[in-house]
Amino acid sequence: MGTTATPPPKKVNRLGLEVVQYKGGKTTLCAGCGHNAVSERIVECFYDMGIQPWTVAKFSGIGCSSKSPAYFLGLSHGFNGVHGRMPAVATGALLANRQLMGIGVTGDGDTASIGLGQFMHLVRRNIPLIYIIENNGVYGLTKGQFSATADVGSTLKTGTSNDLPPFDCCALALEWGATFVARSFSGDKKQLQAIVKAAIAHKGLSVIDVISPCVTFNDHAGSTKSYSYMKDHEQALHDLDFVPYYEDIAVEIPEGEVRDVEMHDGSHLRIRKLDRDYDPTQKLAALAALGESQAKNEVLTGVLYVDTGKPNFLEILHMTEETLATLPESKTRPPRSVLDQVMEELR
Amino acid sequence: MSTLEVSPASSGPGQAGQFLVNDFSIQVATVNGSGSQTANTVLMRAIFQMGIPVSGKNMFPSNIAGLPTWFTIRASKYGYIGRRKEIDFLVAMNPETAREDVMKLDSGAAVVYDEPLKLSELRGDLHFYPVPFDKLVAPVCPEPKLRKLVRNMIYDGVVANLLSIEMPEIRKALVKQFGPKKAKAADLNWGACQAGFDYASRTFTKSDPCRVERMNLTGGKIIIDGNAACALGAMFAGCTVVTWYPITPSSSLVETMIGYMRRFRHDPETGKANYAIVQAEDEIASIGMALGAGWAGARSMTATSGPGVSLMSEFIGLGYYAELPTVIYDVERVGPSTGLPTRTAQGDLLKNALLSHGDTRHPMFIPASPEECFTMSSEAFDFAEKFQTPVFVMTDLDLGMNNWMADPFTYPEKPLDRGKVLSAEDLDRLGGFARYRDIDGDGVGYRTLPGTNHPTAAYFTRGSGHNDKAQYTEREDDYVNNVDRLSHKFDVMRRSVPQPYVHFAEGAKIGFIAAGTSDYAVRESCDQLQRERGIPVSYMRIRGYPFNDQLDDFIRRHERVYVVDQNRDAQLLCLMKLDLGTELVAKLRSVRYYSGLPIDARSVTEDVIQQEGK
Repeated sequence: MGTTATPPPKKVNRLGLEVVQYKGGKTTLCAGCGHNAVSERIVECFYDMGIQPWTVAKFSGIGCSSKSPAYFLGLSHGFNGVHGRMPAVATGALLANRQLMGIGVTGDGDTASIGLGQFMHLVRRNIPLIYIIENNGVYGLTKGQFSATADVGSTLKTGTSNDLPPFDCCALALEWGATFVARSFSGDKKQLQAIVKAAIAHKGLSVIDVISPCVTFNDHAGSTKSYSYMKDHEQALHDLDFVPYYEDIAVEIPEGEVRDVEMHDGSHLRIRKLDRDYDPTQKLAALAALGESQAKNEVLTGVLYVDTGKPNFLEILHMTEETLATLPESKTRPPRSVLDQVMEELR
Repeated sequence: MSTLEVSPASSGPGQAGQFLVNDFSIQVATVNGSGSQTANTVLMRAIFQMGIPVSGKNMFPSNIAGLPTWFTIRASKYGYIGRRKEIDFLVAMNPETAREDVMKLDSGAAVVYDEPLKLSELRGDLHFYPVPFDKLVAPVCPEPKLRKLVRNMIYDGVVANLLSIEMPEIRKALVKQFGPKKAKAADLNWGACQAGFDYASRTFTKSDPCRVERMNLTGGKIIIDGNAACALGAMFAGCTVVTWYPITPSSSLVETMIGYMRRFRHDPETGKANYAIVQAEDEIASIGMALGAGWAGARSMTATSGPGVSLMSEFIGLGYYAELPTVIYDVERVGPSTGLPTRTAQGDLLKNALLSHGDTRHPMFIPASPEECFTMSSEAFDFAEKFQTPVFVMTDLDLGMNNWMADPFTYPEKPLDRGKVLSAEDLDRLGGFARYRDIDGDGVGYRTLPGTNHPTAAYFTRGSGHNDKAQYTEREDDYVNNVDRLSHKFDVMRRSVPQPYVHFAEGAKIGFIAAGTSDYAVRESCDQLQRERGIPVSYMRIRGYPFNDQLDDFIRRHERVYVVDQNRDAQLLCLMKLDLGTELVAKLRSVRYYSGLPIDARSVTEDVIQQEGK
């Protein structure tokens, strides 16, 4: 009789799932691409939060960023749509099945250029969707053209300088009535984790603009979306902690040091003050802060705005709580008496 | 069908004994925004209520108020309800077009006109009935602001008097038109009708030949436009997600649907909607939403017209490759705005069949009547889910926006066919699945819906680059296998789309092939050619695309086949050329009509006679 060493128990989340069940296929993006770090954060957050992967639907448009849903949550359905039109696909799918948790990944070309119109209307409708913009200021898949988020004076690898002012996706989203707006940096693991978790807890649209450097086409001196530029210019608004609803939060909160935002599902976003006292429920203050930081060539990161009071689109439509896609025929085809009634009216 | 038709008087007015009973066209020329739509609908409905087959065609401008509009009512005891080229009875209310309208008439026609227009000076071979509308309207409508709207009801009374339309039927149609909530407005308008009727009876001696006599050919029938029929069809097909963007002539399809869905598709207990209808920001978004909803398992649809389909092109190509079900109603019209968006055409047949980039083919259902709009809706939603692909339902402005006499719709007995969808239990049993593998030999794979409660349910949806397990690939053999399977799937559809209507005429050496609303003109033309020229003509009406071997067979059995198109470039014929061998193509001739008006029988007949060299 020999002895067998008991293998250490596998680490699982509250659903009993291992982190590997939240991973996707092997990335085909460049080594060091910021987007891979974002994919990793998504894996961690969905694992940590104990979200059943097969209740999630992933959406994307076209571009490097839009390839990335293949690299996380492999047990979730995914839809790689057409360039700039992911919001429409996500909207339709979430109308069809409101039990789905939607996550969309897009890029700055996909959102701020070809898809700007759909982005606006996505915000206007407050579709319950986590909308992550992997923002590197450049078109990667077509090999290095400026996008509409490139800063004035930033240069391409060829030396060509950008003459047009950038769209700030966060400021635009705020202006259009977004209910959750955040900016982060793919290199800021802790902050991005807290933001993605808060977005999971948010039951409206979450716009998360992540500066995610392109190591191949936009990581040189002269770029304002490079790792080194972000290292020097990132200005965090606050320290973020996310406390999920299923954890005990009866911890003393020091007066004045920490703001607490309660999310839809009962989770809490703990916002610890840094060098300013920032209230993320004030839209105008958020716009002002963005404007001021831009003037100082800073990249302001953190949760810029949260509004948990506004109804999302599914609520506005007064739809059944059931899944439209699988409603039984008895609920989708009116009875014979209805046709008889209508025919009588038309005689 | 018919054995005899009396031709309009051709040798001058007042020919005694030559009556045109229940066989003539009335044209009302007005200015849009003047309430003439109500007056015209009432007139049409009253004739319908008297049991006479009738059709109404509205030729209106792309404008809200102030531009010329013509409404044509055709009464036909023979049941011909296509547009009739010849006008027998004109109501000239629009000073701008009155002179031209009168000059276009055939000799012997009648003209009711606004007296100050002095039209009787123009020609000596017509029957003129001047009516002082302004003088008549004042006493029956004390409120000056309403006079412009009520004024048109006077011609209903005048026409009723001259054509022997029974006034109680006018009254009944008027009450129906205004509904119980607008009884006061109905009364006001009724007063105007009576004033017109009384004026005509004390002023005019009837000299024209047009007359209405009660028949019993419309009993039990309904009056409905094709858009409303499509809306009802979609509702009874169990559609749950409707995403759209307003565009003439399709807007009323969804607007009518909203009305019916609000009445009949809310949960009786919770009051909540068992559907979602979203007005999107453009057609790109509306098709994107419809495809997203179809992907997630809903019965989804959008309604649009040619320019909208152009915008949807990229997405529909993705829908073809990703194999996503949705139903696209295309209410065709004349080309781009600005210009003739309110005129009819079969302008999208060729484009839609091949829409988008790469190798793409799309099925089309082509109804010709409100009844078919209704039944083909059910079939289209089943078809889209069965074949996992976007499906076009092709109507046009003539069918969509004009009122048609129709048989009451039959309740769809067949249960909904939701296609090949695997449940969690299926996945347990199978242990997994390959999304695009052709298990059954019909080219259609099995799909799962997002949200299926099973760890093996998920797959990744993308365009051209996938193997049968829905994995990303750029391998040549994977791509070729996939597009070949899609091609096979399309071949399987040939027997599943609505099959053609075929009539072989005895001894016919020539035949017609047409689709959609060309039907009415072509059937009437068949009768004209037989009756007037002794030429028997066979007829095949295409009801669905892709075609099948019935098309080959029909062409083979005739020496020459006239393909009728309501577009300049013979789009239906071009589509056939893609499928047919050269010996069959050589037999095809083209009859095309593309003025923006619905095609009429006389134009078809004359074209064929010319081409036949007779």
